[in-house]
Amino acid sequence: MHTLFNRTNELIRKIDQFIDLTAQSSLLFKLALKLYLEKRYDEFENRFISIKQIENQADAVRKDIESQLYEQTLIPESRGDVLGLLENMDYIADSAKSTMLEFSIEKPWVPENIGKGMLDLAEPVNKAVESLVYAVRAYFYDINAVKDHLHLVKFYEREADSQTEKIKRDLFAMDIDLACKTQLGGFIRRIDNLADEALQVADRLNIATIKRVV
Amino acid sequence: MAFLLYLSSGIFLGWSLGANDAANVFGSAVGSKMLKFRTAAVIGSIFIILGAGISGAGAAGTLDRLGSVNEIAGAFMVALAAAVTVFWMTRLQLPVSTSQAIVGSIIGWNFFSRSLTDMASLRGIVITWIASPVLAAFFSIVMYVAVKWILNRSKIHMLKLDIYTRIAFIVAGAFGSYSLGANNIANVMGVFLTVSPFRPLNLFLVRLSPADQLFILGGIAIAAGVASYSYRVMRTVGSGIIRLSPIAALVVVLSTSMVLFIFASEALEFWLIAHNLPSFPLVPVSSSQAVVGAVLGIGIVQGGRGINFRLVGKIASGWVTTPIMACLLSFISLFFIQNVFNMVVYNPVNYRITPEVAVKLHEENVYRPAIDLLVNVDFDDAVSFSERLKESDMGLEQEVIDRIISFSEVHPMRVNLALLDRELENNWLKSERMKTLKTLEGMEFQYKWQLYDALLAVSPAWRMKSVEPRNRSYNRILTEKLSYLYRTFAVQ
Repeated sequence: MHTLFNRTNELIRKIDQFIDLTAQSSLLFKLALKLYLEKRYDEFENRFISIKQIENQADAVRKDIESQLYEQTLIPESRGDVLGLLENMDYIADSAKSTMLEFSIEKPWVPENIGKGMLDLAEPVNKAVESLVYAVRAYFYDINAVKDHLHLVKFYEREADSQTEKIKRDLFAMDIDLACKTQLGGFIRRIDNLADEALQVADRLNIATIKRVV
Repeated sequence: MAFLLYLSSGIFLGWSLGANDAANVFGSAVGSKMLKFRTAAVIGSIFIILGAGISGAGAAGTLDRLGSVNEIAGAFMVALAAAVTVFWMTRLQLPVSTSQAIVGSIIGWNFFSRSLTDMASLRGIVITWIASPVLAAFFSIVMYVAVKWILNRSKIHMLKLDIYTRIAFIVAGAFGSYSLGANNIANVMGVFLTVSPFRPLNLFLVRLSPADQLFILGGIAIAAGVASYSYRVMRTVGSGIIRLSPIAALVVVLSTSMVLFIFASEALEFWLIAHNLPSFPLVPVSSSQAVVGAVLGIGIVQGGRGINFRLVGKIASGWVTTPIMACLLSFISLFFIQNVFNMVVYNPVNYRITPEVAVKLHEENVYRPAIDLLVNVDFDDAVSFSERLKESDMGLEQEVIDRIISFSEVHPMRVNLALLDRELENNWLKSERMKTLKTLEGMEFQYKWQLYDALLAVSPAWRMKSVEPRNRSYNRILTEKLSYLYRTFAVQ
């Protein structure tokens, strides 16, 4: 019995760790973007390495959780939902890493007003991920609080969408190379993508919450 | 050996009860993979046997009063008719209650042997059948609301809740199995109580009465049913009336177990009476029906959405068809083996009002002048005697008729203590009662009340206590001992 409780506590710790890593990846994403736009490239590369490490760590922890849930046949009713949730959540760290990778490889030139717009966009994107992190934590501890956080995810995702539209309109109204516009448009879309990923997880979480009625 | 052969129908009935009813206790846990089948089967088997052995006597007494099957071949057929009904209805995928099957079957024997069915017992049993799902629904509503309230406030992690739920399933399953054994063992072995040749047995530090031995045997049969056949029933039970979450399933198991327990436990009855609280009759109830009630309770709290009312209707129809089918089957099969195999399926009971009986009726204040018409008239069975007493020229009330019938039952006995050697060795009787009995050695009696009066005349240790709830248990035990003496000393 003691071992059973120990193993469960260990698993709870891992799930908490995974959620923390997702939150950290989003925070580092915002920080790295800021460093890039301020042209502090060395510091940016350091942050990028941190994001890569976090993404790798999150992957490993998720796989660990997955095998432990199956091996110990825990939460048979909600196991599929929980695993799907964690897998989708993992895409957030993935997306943060791959966007920063593109910044690191392509090193795009960003006009000042577009750079400011990107930083403004990173704000609701980060908030959407943050709200999702609260919602997922609530799913495990306090099912009734999930909805309070979920509606915030939706709100910030919509906010990010409208910011994205505004920046893109400004971008394509500028008198610069079309190639440059297309490249930057891709980066703007990638930043917004983080909020979209958060919303997808939120939708899954919404259904999982309804299913988990006592 | 022959007795064991006859007992096989009871064993079969026990096996089908284990195969079907264990699913009511562990089905939702195994179906939702919260518990492994092996764990459920081991816990279920152990606690069913314990429940049957420790607390099985209460509900068995009620069945015995309903109709006392007095020939071994009859008991075999009654149990077989019930078992076939259960098996048949299960094959037709109709929910079935072993309790209803055995009651129907006993009534079939009563009809066949022209014995009277104790209407008070029957009424009590039928009321309990209706009350048990209602009570289970009430328990599940209260528990579900309480558990939901606690869980909403306690903020337990999903994984910890999972572990707690599994532990609770094991505890509730053990309690449920104990209650199932205690309540339903009467269905399996009740009809064999009167005809059992078992004698008291000293096993290490434990003394097993004949009833205990029968109940443990029946418990083992139920456990065998659990281990060998209940898996497939358990796997399908989850997709029943409504889809349940593990916590709701746990509430259902607990509610069902509580209903089975309160209608089986003599200890609880004693405790309630001691605290001046209303007690519950000890009656075998159907775990399937209790489960239906409990699940409906959850459905009601959830606003009635998703309840499969067609299935509920189908289950309710089983409440009527099962006893009728078992009764018919029992009657027909008794007729068949009596007339085709020339077997004795009942021991005819004669009734005669001798002058001694008339005096006794006087003493008991149930004598009416019209009874003089029947003095020294022989009646071959209870039904014809009862019909004669009911005729208009007698002008007797039902209660008086019942008492006259019980005082007029001819039951020749000769006190022969050699037949009770093992019982007396095992202190089956208190020393005072034993001394009294010894003074009657060799004496003969025609009526049960004569032996009882003779015992009372020598010592008050045999006196029943006044009819009050708090004396119920004492009187029941004394009645069981007297019944055992009447059976043992009976002469043909």
